[in-house]
Amino acid sequence: MQWASLSDFLSMGGYGLYVWGSYLVTVAAIVIELYLLKKDRVQTLKLLKRMRNFEHES
Amino acid sequence: MALNLYYYASPATFYQLSGKLIPWFGWSAAILTVIGLYISFFMAPTDFQQGEAYRIIFIHVPAAWMSMFIYLVMAFWGAIGLAFKTRLSFMMSRALAPTGALFTFIALWTGALWGKPMWGAWWVWDARLTSELILLFLYIGIMALWAAIDDPQRGDRAGALLTLVGAINVPIIYFSVKWWNTLHQGASVSLTKAPSMAKIMLIGMLVMAIAAWLYTIAVALYRARTLILERERNTDWVKAQMEK
Repeated sequence: MQWASLSDFLSMGGYGLYVWGSYLVTVAAIVIELYLLKKDRVQTLKLLKRMRNFEHES
Repeated sequence: MALNLYYYASPATFYQLSGKLIPWFGWSAAILTVIGLYISFFMAPTDFQQGEAYRIIFIHVPAAWMSMFIYLVMAFWGAIGLAFKTRLSFMMSRALAPTGALFTFIALWTGALWGKPMWGAWWVWDARLTSELILLFLYIGIMALWAAIDDPQRGDRAGALLTLVGAINVPIIYFSVKWWNTLHQGASVSLTKAPSMAKIMLIGMLVMAIAAWLYTIAVALYRARTLILERERNTDWVKAQMEK
């Protein structure tokens, strides 16, 4: 292990902005993709349920 | 072999099977990511030339690999769809595109953040960077084309055709560092020669790459299932599914 302390770890030898900027944006992008995936599915299921209810009524 | 491919190519079968597989791919991706990050930050030593900045490699390289590989898989499914008119192939192609675009964006973004401290520039119009940017535009263009064509069958075929034409860009990206003088460094890992990096760094990168693979499979299957429901909404099996 090469880190003496948490602040040493966060500073990444002076490259903290670049290293963490890379990792955080990657995490954010993945979170957004997962959110959109879920939203898409929920919307599609809602639409299908509405169609089914409509058919049942008519 | 008694494996009946047509059986698995049926959207109804695929829907059930993929539903069971997604958690396996998803959780193994998550576990490997944790292991990969541990290796990347706590086991891999400081680089003697680049200091800690090189740690961007653990996402940059897997993301760049995935950006090219996903495109080839999309082109493969597009070609199968055009040749055999299989609905599911086109749906797989559509399901992969957003994730391909995501990894292309990540490769470009992390590349910029790596380029600034090492080269002194966020961006240069170098062959590797430019062809990767074209890849992002291809993904976006293909998705825009699908979105613009209302008739799913016509959209499928047009999208597949554009994907296949654009596939020429992938070998250009891959070999750009050989064919042209690029600021971007050559391959550290290739199939033909021993990797030019420390073993533990290589292992960290490969673990992250496998995690990215598993993530892509999980996400693409999930997206394909939603597409199947949408497209097959008038079939009996989807209606039966909704009664559950």
